[in-house]
Amino acid sequence: MTTISAQSLDLTFPSPDGPVHALSDISLDINEGEFVSFIGPSGCGKTTFLRCVAALETPTGGTLTVNGMAPDDARKARAYGYVFQAAGLYPWRTIGRNVTLPLEIMGYSKADRTKRMEDVLELVELGNFTNKYPWQLSGGMQQRASIARALAFDAPILLMDEPFGALDEIVRDRLNEELLSLWKRTNKTTLFVTHSIPEAVYLSTKIVVMSPRPGRITDIIDSPLPKDRPLDIRDTPEFLAVAHRVREGLRTGMEAA
Amino acid sequence: MTDATFAATPPGATSRRLREFARNFGPVVTVIAALIGLWYLACIPMNAQNSLLLAEREGIAVSPATAAERRDVGGIALAFATPDQALARAFDQDRPRLPTPHQVVTELWDTIVGQKITSKRSLVWHAGITLAPTLLGFLIGSIAGIALAVGIVHSRVMDLSVMPWAIASQTIPILAIAPMIIVVLNSIGIQGVLPKAIISAYLSFFPVTVGMVKGLRAASPSDLDLMRTWNASGLRTLLSLRLPMSLPYLFASLKIAVAAALVGAIVGELPTGAVSGLGARLLAGSYYGQTVQIWSALFGAAIVAALLVAVIAAVERFTLRRMGLA
Repeated sequence: MTTISAQSLDLTFPSPDGPVHALSDISLDINEGEFVSFIGPSGCGKTTFLRCVAALETPTGGTLTVNGMAPDDARKARAYGYVFQAAGLYPWRTIGRNVTLPLEIMGYSKADRTKRMEDVLELVELGNFTNKYPWQLSGGMQQRASIARALAFDAPILLMDEPFGALDEIVRDRLNEELLSLWKRTNKTTLFVTHSIPEAVYLSTKIVVMSPRPGRITDIIDSPLPKDRPLDIRDTPEFLAVAHRVREGLRTGMEAA
Repeated sequence: MTDATFAATPPGATSRRLREFARNFGPVVTVIAALIGLWYLACIPMNAQNSLLLAEREGIAVSPATAAERRDVGGIALAFATPDQALARAFDQDRPRLPTPHQVVTELWDTIVGQKITSKRSLVWHAGITLAPTLLGFLIGSIAGIALAVGIVHSRVMDLSVMPWAIASQTIPILAIAPMIIVVLNSIGIQGVLPKAIISAYLSFFPVTVGMVKGLRAASPSDLDLMRTWNASGLRTLLSLRLPMSLPYLFASLKIAVAAALVGAIVGELPTGAVSGLGARLLAGSYYGQTVQIWSALFGAAIVAALLVAVIAAVERFTLRRMGLA
């Protein structure tokens, strides 16, 4: 079943140097339960596309449906949880109360809030940190808490905009592994923006390669890798073949620009 | 120093403590000492007219010899013309043009500690009279300032229209507008603390508005986007995100506002006949040429302002540390 469907999507921003073509003719269908990575250099529109899905930007052309609805209706129906590169936890709230913030806003009962908060923090292995403050946690733990916050209201879609971009590679590997197991357990349709080829190939069932000026799709790769992926799958020929194709896609995109 | 003394204290401990003390307080003490020195120095030419007059009355030869001749001569020239008398008599006059630090301190001591608090001669009593409109005006001004900032941040119309008026309001000299406020409010039967408080509020709302407009916009774009993805209302975003984020800005503004409120209350006391309060002490002192009283009232006001700012700073430190914003 198609969860997100884009048909010849266009988005131009006005700017002093003339209009900027952020998205050009983006057509893409994402099925329920897929893990889709968007990879490409800065300015290729991967974040902009995610923001269009989240109704944080409005496309200037084409059609986009999220869960069969217009993006803004999907936003109001709380169809997705969004994770930014900055964890964005409030320093004056404990981890637990950071996670319950969206639930408070959405009007969940206190008992329900507490239960959901405990469940999602358990899911990201922060069960013992409910009463800690964000500054007491490492950067990786903060980002896990922010993922828990996005999962707390059990939206069917998870949008992640370079969530691990600011973390070092060792922490990043761990979080990638955890994210994968999280995705397998929750089966959420996940859209994941990244700069990193290994990260994209390791995590995704589908990789969308994009290139800038104008922001467009140069290749869509359906990953042949199995759903169970230990970290050393990254040394297998299948993995390297996919990574190679991504790199090729990025190169042709750059040459055409 | 003998070897025994060295053995009694761990080597270098005392000198290290001394050095630390000197590093922490040295600059402060040096600056204060320099200022006090300058002050005493300034007393000599400032009070020279009077010094020479007193000397002349005692039959001591001064130059120029008569008050009429001295009238148009500058204080520095007089001090150089008769240095011994100018120096000897500069520091303990009854009605100096510039009182010395020790005269001001003595007056402060007499009027703060030496009087019953309920006495009309107590500076504490006068400060209390001024404090009431200061605090009330500070409260009104802060609330108005925050309310204006909330409006400016949420409404484009207010953003474009309110700020110019707020700035214009502060360009009008408070001395010009204070009597009008007193008179207008008096004509509709409002007297006492409230008119003075309104003058205080008039001065104190502005820094709060400016600071809070910045503070309420301090939340990062991604924080605001996150609120939007949760479909949070504007009110909810204000309460859960914008207001907490604005607290560091709020406290900075409040410190300015409370000092401005004190100025407003003092100015507000001047047109009402100056019966009581720090402003009244200033005005009465200038009526009767009591410079020592003026200066001690000025220092009294400065002490009150410093205490008010210190209280806010303490609340600030506590709150921001608790909220993880420090």
